Amino acid sequence: MNTTTFKTEEKKLTITRTFNAPLDLVWKAWTNPDFLDKWWAPKPMQSKTKSMDFKDGGSRLYAMVALNGDEHWAITFYKEIMVNSYFKGEHAFCDENAKINTEFPVGKFCNKFITLNESQTTVVRELTYTSEEHLKKMVEIGMKEGTSMIFENLDEYLKSFK
Amino acid sequence: MRRDVFQAIADPTRRNILISLTSESKNINNLAEQFDMTRQAVSLHVKYLQECGVINIEKKGRERYCNLDVEKIVEVEKWLEPFKELWKIKFAQLDIVLEELKKKPK
Repeated sequence: MNTTTFKTEEKKLTITRTFNAPLDLVWKAWTNPDFLDKWWAPKPMQSKTKSMDFKDGGSRLYAMVALNGDEHWAITFYKEIMVNSYFKGEHAFCDENAKINTEFPVGKFCNKFITLNESQTTVVRELTYTSEEHLKKMVEIGMKEGTSMIFENLDEYLKSFK
Repeated sequence: MRRDVFQAIADPTRRNILISLTSESKNINNLAEQFDMTRQAVSLHVKYLQECGVINIEKKGRERYCNLDVEKIVEVEKWLEPFKELWKIKFAQLDIVLEELKKKPK
């Protein structure tokens, strides 16, 4: 399996991963709601897109649904899109009517798509926050979303500390 | 002796208790039934987990309910690790979606 690399620099977190597919397919998987819903949520959670308008100024309103039916809503705002190259935007937590939860910070992201060769594409996802505390908070929330799944993988996680 | 998060999760039964608490808060009886253990055995594990700071106990009437303290669990030296695991899993799922997409006729 291709490895995912992470780099943290103060308020920026960069996640890099190569996929064994040509750029146009990888772009589609990241920008089409039907495909996004297939991989965005870590199993056993399910991603459910309520609405998505992939264009400058558009947004995607979606929920991560837990096994017990709990829904965690979030919204992605698209600010700048260059097809098959990159797209930038912001991400926030909200309710099912897209009312932003102001308790949590808004994170900025930039996803870049780079052709490695005709059958491989590298995606570089940069997440920027207003402070390190903010980044930690976002990580915590992300953790909460996948907590039960993460505990199921706890054995693997523990090995990394040995 | 103050215990830490790693000690909390080192024991498989305690790990299972923590996993079952991710969906909802439970009391000692619920846990004893779920894990087919005596109340005393569960109480000992619960006390240990409380000492590690990974669960909080809330009294509701005569029952004591255990709640997971997710923040404490995240508070490990490599606090980014679980987040990394999350993204690795999402990307593994994306690999599968891409394989399906490759098979479709253009």
